[in-house]
Amino acid sequence: MEDIFPARVLPTVDRQNRQFWTSGEEGKLCIERCTDCGAWIHPPVGICYSCHSSSVEPTAVSGRGTIYSFTINHQPWFGDIGSYCVVLVDLEEGSATQPLRITSNLIGTEPDNVAIGMRVEVFFLNCDDVWLPQFREIR
Amino acid sequence: MTGHVKHRHRSERDAVISGIGQSDVGRRLDRTAMSLTVDACLAAVADAGLTLNDIDGLSSYPGGLMDGLNPGFGGPGTDAVQDALRLNLNWHSGGYEGPAQIQALINAAIAVSAGLARHVLVYRTVWESTAQGSGGRQGMGGAGSGGGRARMGGMLQYLLPFGAVSAANWLAMNAQRHFHTYGTTRETLGEIALNTRRNAGLNPKAIFRDPMSMDDYLGARMISTPLCLFDCDVPVDGSTAFVVSHRDYAPDVPTTAVGINAVGTALHGRPSWDQRPNMEESPLRAAADTMWARTELTRADVDTAQLYDGFSIITLMAIEALGFCAVGEAKDYLKGGHRISLEGELPLNTAGGQLSAGRLHGFGLLHEACVQLRGQGGERQVSGKPEVAVVANGGGPVAGTMLVTRGAS
Repeated sequence: MEDIFPARVLPTVDRQNRQFWTSGEEGKLCIERCTDCGAWIHPPVGICYSCHSSSVEPTAVSGRGTIYSFTINHQPWFGDIGSYCVVLVDLEEGSATQPLRITSNLIGTEPDNVAIGMRVEVFFLNCDDVWLPQFREIR
Repeated sequence: MTGHVKHRHRSERDAVISGIGQSDVGRRLDRTAMSLTVDACLAAVADAGLTLNDIDGLSSYPGGLMDGLNPGFGGPGTDAVQDALRLNLNWHSGGYEGPAQIQALINAAIAVSAGLARHVLVYRTVWESTAQGSGGRQGMGGAGSGGGRARMGGMLQYLLPFGAVSAANWLAMNAQRHFHTYGTTRETLGEIALNTRRNAGLNPKAIFRDPMSMDDYLGARMISTPLCLFDCDVPVDGSTAFVVSHRDYAPDVPTTAVGINAVGTALHGRPSWDQRPNMEESPLRAAADTMWARTELTRADVDTAQLYDGFSIITLMAIEALGFCAVGEAKDYLKGGHRISLEGELPLNTAGGQLSAGRLHGFGLLHEACVQLRGQGGERQVSGKPEVAVVANGGGPVAGTMLVTRGAS
């Protein structure tokens, strides 16, 4: 897939974030999880916020969630590439008080049809050495 | 959740703002950040009735290392200014992490109270308009600029790769939540934008002074839904400075000393653009609660509010976080714009705010609070000799707030 952003900023991959940014190569979205108490931790920091265990591991999630919020960007930060949709996706493994949320893009849905609460699923866009999670509507 | 810290002694009341100063403010002034800074600093020191030999403390936000984030965002750090002016300092501090821009003032007040310094010069300089040139506002971290793909670590690595390259994008999603949950509309945000434009018409230094109607607002081009052009502040070049002195200098202040009655510095929850569970609410809430817990003053005592307006939605959430109305009720509170007008019960951003007067990044709002309390507002002066002003800064991932008074508190 051709990258819609001519000069996309990419993450600096390091030992802490590597799984999050690269597990898409295997078609999986991996989020850090505490193996002692089960809490999901994002962004990855290597320690559990809940029980302070350092026994945490990148763990595959379903890749499904709902749109918590969104915006249609019109400002030409990247030149004249048209509008695009930024979404906050609350993954289904999270809860209301401890949402498991990632910022991403919604691809393939007309801007006027995007809505909070819409069910979405992950897919991946490879850029150099990272696989960016992207989302599409579950129809 | 941590409770409020109860103090018999409130250190901030040991300090007053003894002088204020501001450089020229404008679009693409083509001046260096240092020259703007020195203009503001010298003006503030003179305004306080002091000379540079009296200055023994220096404080700034965001420190000298931040221009890499966004061109023109940082301005000179305290080491650079100390050296440029060859100051002899007993205390100095500049940095980014803390309760938003106003932390530089709060730190200065605490340093004065602790006896580390007697007269602290505090400044904030932006030169984004010149630094970002004529091509319009840039995305952060080099997004969209020529050449190859840039790399980013830290918190922004989870935002920038998705084209969420500006606070306009991030705060648009707070606004979208507020609209969704509470039925807030673009007209509600428009009242904040229109109010700043009305006030800017009375401020000779403001950037955008032409009248604006609600139709003008609603017809403006979208930046990032639901935020349009007039929901976003205006990048400018300019520097704002204060002198924070021990309160026993207050009788010698040539104008009127401005008291620091209470500060709000709390951070509860996650300091993040996208990870707070309830994005309808500002992180200012915790800081505001701690501020109100440190004062006998109440919301009814506040004569003017100078609330951060990098984006209109921040101001809306600040009005709610400070308790001028309940969370979700801004659409009623702001209806028609009467309450926040110069003649209303809570005159808001009376110099035109960042939306119309220019993005002095929080410091312009505190400057205006001092102008109003000193009775120097000219055509835009709030009537009835205002005695208490509330100032809020930040409101994205973190926030800080301050109650200031005419005369020492």
